[in-house]
Amino acid sequence: MYPEDYRYSEEHEWLKVDGDTATLGITDFAQQELGEVVFVEMPEAGETFDAGEEIGSIESVKAVSDIYVPVACEIVEANASLDDSPETVNEDPHGKGWLVKIRITDPAALDELMDAAAYQAHIAS
Amino acid sequence: MADAGDSRHTPLYDQHLRAGAKMVDFAGWVMPVRYGSEIEEHHAVRRAAGLFDVSHMGEVRVRGDGALEFLQSLTPNDVTKLRPGRAHYSGLLTEQGTYVDDLLVYMLAENDYLVVVNAANVEVDYGWMVSRRNSSCRIDDHSDKYALLALQGPKAPEILSRLTDVDLATIKYYRFIDGAEIAGMRCLLSRTGYTGELGFELYLPPEDAPSMWQALLEAGADDGLVPCGLSARDTLRLEAGMALYGHEIDRETTPYEAGLGWVVKLASGDFVGRDALVRQRDEGVGRKLVGFEMLGKGIARQSYEVLHDGEAVGTVCSGTWSPTFDKALGTAYVPPTLAEVGTEIEIQIRKRTVAAKVVDLPFYRRS
Repeated sequence: MYPEDYRYSEEHEWLKVDGDTATLGITDFAQQELGEVVFVEMPEAGETFDAGEEIGSIESVKAVSDIYVPVACEIVEANASLDDSPETVNEDPHGKGWLVKIRITDPAALDELMDAAAYQAHIAS
Repeated sequence: MADAGDSRHTPLYDQHLRAGAKMVDFAGWVMPVRYGSEIEEHHAVRRAAGLFDVSHMGEVRVRGDGALEFLQSLTPNDVTKLRPGRAHYSGLLTEQGTYVDDLLVYMLAENDYLVVVNAANVEVDYGWMVSRRNSSCRIDDHSDKYALLALQGPKAPEILSRLTDVDLATIKYYRFIDGAEIAGMRCLLSRTGYTGELGFELYLPPEDAPSMWQALLEAGADDGLVPCGLSARDTLRLEAGMALYGHEIDRETTPYEAGLGWVVKLASGDFVGRDALVRQRDEGVGRKLVGFEMLGKGIARQSYEVLHDGEAVGTVCSGTWSPTFDKALGTAYVPPTLAEVGTEIEIQIRKRTVAAKVVDLPFYRRS
């Protein structure tokens, strides 16, 4: 369920790191908590953020949830397919439902992220 | 985590868990928010039927000599117009004419009424009633004596008819049969609901609730009947323009402001809040409840600011994604000058100002 090669934040984002770039999404646990996603508000390519900053939000029928980026980064690409099919976040949260691709500008905060086992313990607690 | 603290369980708690419901804490109860897709549950009610557990609602029995006079003195609708087997929508108001709660009054028999109130307000309402008792009537909190199921949707009569000999067509809107036999169990069967669809509500002893729940789901399985959670209940009631306590109505708002003036029968004699409402009728309201739809992207939520020409003019009461209309809708209080249909407003959605426009309430009317 939770890919072993992803890193996870306490705010229920996942990060798939590939060199100095990474893909970011929300976890299956997060999408279940939110319910059906109907709208995703995302940053533009080129915007830069510090670790822990809010980069956008996800609206479900019943709730709104902020998206945080766990590392300092520049946005490379937002997942444009979510404009028309936001439900992809529910259907495939760890795959096609990714939110943004980023270039990591300061990897220091990566060490604070959890591995799959630690994240599963986190959501079970 | 669903079972936080000392929140109460309805008699159907185990059924909800077995059905895979996501449970949330609501008004001191652990309630199903959705079983699978809340959007599919919503569509099921509009197109076929849905079954809701709303056993968290409170029931207060008012009976004995003076029960009629007492309720007449406490609520704005005209209780003398009720007959056994009829119910009406009303409220408890403060001296300022604002809502303590909204409620249904069922007339069971002469001087015998069942008052159905919101789960979050049961204790407040009960205390409010007891402290204002002006006759020898008895007031009892009977919330524990009732489970409440709501069967809602165009297929509801057909589904129910498989389980009863009652001629359902004879039960008009806001009428009920006390002691109707459904699936071999006795209940108070009422043609009421909170979805804007044709439907029924069943008040029954808690111990019968699991069997009734099962019987209804089985009887309706081929018609597309599904269990529905609080999330669908909220999107359905909002589309239907029905007020929710804590959103459209509260201790700051009056029936006139909320578009519920039809509940107020000033000619029915004195009742708590009447003087303030007479004044407001004569002077006019300072703000009005309106419906709006979002023109730009985003979903308005409760307490977001409403702007007009960049100036703050009001507050959002409820906002949601509407599965029926496939767009974001909401309700808000605005000055009467901005309440006209078509008026362009903006909603402050966190850091963004998003265009919206005033539209007619209700958003949805059953055809």
